[in-house]
Order: sequence, then structure tokens, then C-alpha cells
Amino acid sequence: MMRFSLILLALLISLSAQALARPGPDEIMDDPELEARAMVLYRQLRCVVCQSQSIGDSNADLASDMRVVVRERLLAGDSDAEVRAYLQQRYGDYVLMLPPVQANTLVLWGFPIVLLLFAGGLAFFFVRRQDQAGETELSPEEEAQLAALKREEGLE
Amino acid sequence: MSRFIVFAPLALFLALAVYFAVGLREDPTDIPSQLIDAPLPEFDLPPIEGFDQGLSSADLTGEVVLLNYFGSWCPPCLVEHPMLMLIARSGEVPIYGIDWRDPPGAGTAWLQRHGNPYTRIGDDASGRLAIEFGITGAPETFVIDRAGRVRYRHVGVITPDVWRQTLRPMIEALREE
Repeated sequence: MMRFSLILLALLISLSAQALARPGPDEIMDDPELEARAMVLYRQLRCVVCQSQSIGDSNADLASDMRVVVRERLLAGDSDAEVRAYLQQRYGDYVLMLPPVQANTLVLWGFPIVLLLFAGGLAFFFVRRQDQAGETELSPEEEAQLAALKREEGLE
Repeated sequence: MSRFIVFAPLALFLALAVYFAVGLREDPTDIPSQLIDAPLPEFDLPPIEGFDQGLSSADLTGEVVLLNYFGSWCPPCLVEHPMLMLIARSGEVPIYGIDWRDPPGAGTAWLQRHGNPYTRIGDDASGRLAIEFGITGAPETFVIDRAGRVRYRHVGVITPDVWRQTLRPMIEALREE
């Protein structure tokens, strides 16, 4: 019961936080299809004054102005990519929450793959060495030690 | 071989530590302007309350000028203001202003109280034009050449050092072009 109410409480808190960050009702578009696209675009565009928030998450004035532009472009018939390009042209790559893959982001995108290959390779070598170690025979001294231990325990 | 691999995580850690240490020193609010060497966005802004003339992009061609985004709500703009007054009084370069996201009359009252360094002022009450300029916060100042192209953007307050070491030499060089 206790756990259930805690989960409920956590859920309520996170929901209310989301509700607060939602753009005001005056910003909802008449066309539900465009509104759905706008909501997705809000999450893909960065609020340039809030560093790590999308314009869908931010209450900053500039974020609100940028949402106005998103709706304006959608009403003008732009595709989602064209809306993103419109703001990218004015604010640079930084405005995109997902950085494009290009020369100066190669390390950013490539590093996790390199790290995975490196760690995977390391793990592969380690496991294989363990396997090989398991296959080797005991030396005569080790055999003698093992026999002595077994005798001690009364196993033989 | 395996001797070296043992040190790989340490080397990796050191490389990352250096990388992040350098990254932490960078100012994340310093976003490069996309307008450098590009023509000004076309605009035609109405005047702010109490003024007859607004500001259009055509007003900014023909000579080297400064274009300053400000707002009466913006504390750093007040810090910058005496420097703009000084530049305006020296007559070295005309300063054009865009009043950003101010309620009606607020910009006018602010200029009456502190003085008006601007040759002409446009009213960007909705903030729509600010997005064309890629503005991230006031004050922001653009250096515009004779052909009406943006040549430099300064984000933040124009301090005496910024004026002496960056803006003034740049304006003089642009006049030579």
C-alpha cells in the first residue's frame, strides 16, 4: 500500500511538472494534425537561452517566440525538415537537439561505437584466455597438492 | 601487448579529463552567429511610441553602422547604455536600435530616463525579427558594412575594452574597404 501511494505520488509530481512546462492553451493549433507535428518539432528544437531544454520544455520568452515560428512555418506549408532547417539557418546546428552527423560531430557519434568495439574486443580476449586457461592440464605438483587436499577432507 | 592494454583505461581517462577540462572553460552561451558575411534580413519595423520614424533594413545600408538589440526589461542593457551614449556623442559611428519585446511605451520611457543614443529605433514587440537575427539575449550588437552585410556580432555588454579593442578598429577597417 505504502509503495503504491509512493509510486502514485511520484507519478503525480512528474505529471504536474510536465503540465507546467506545456505551452499555454493560446498556442494550440486548430488543425490537430499540425498540432501533433508541432508538438514533435518542439521537442526536437533547442531553446537557445536555456542550454539543455527543448523549446517544448521551456517557459522562456524566446522559446515561446520560437514556438510561434514553428507554427508559422507549419501553417505556411513547410515540411518538418524545412521547419528545422529554417531555425538551423538562423541559430546554427546548436538549435537541433539531435546533432547532425558531419565532420565536426564525427567524434561525438563515433566515439560510443569505438568504445563499444574496444571494450567488446577486450572482453572477447579476456574470456578466450580464461577458456584456454581452463583447458590446460594440472602440473604433477598441482596433482599432488590436490590429492593431499582430498585426503585431508577424507574424500579419498 | 597485454601490458599496454592494462594502461589503456588510464590513458582513456586522462584523455577525457583533458577534453572535459577544456570544454568546461568554454562559454556555452557563445553560439556563433549564422549571419556573418550574410546580407541583413529584410525588415521594416514600426517606430516605438513617441517616435515618428521606424527602422527598415534599407536604412542600414550605405555606411558602416552598429545595430543594437535592447529592451527596457534587460539589466545588462542598462549597464551598456552609458557606453552607447559615449559612442553616439563622439559621432564615430551611427547606432541603430531595435527595441525587443517591450510593452508599448516601455522603451520610450526607458530612453527618456537614460538618454537616447540611437539614430533610429524600430519596434520588435513580438520578437519575431529577433529570430531572423538569431538573437539569443539582449544586448546584442551587429557591425554592418556599407553593402548592408553583417560583419560581426557582439553578444553582451559593449565594455570600453570591447569598443576600443574590437569594434572601433573593425569599423575603421570596414570604412577603408
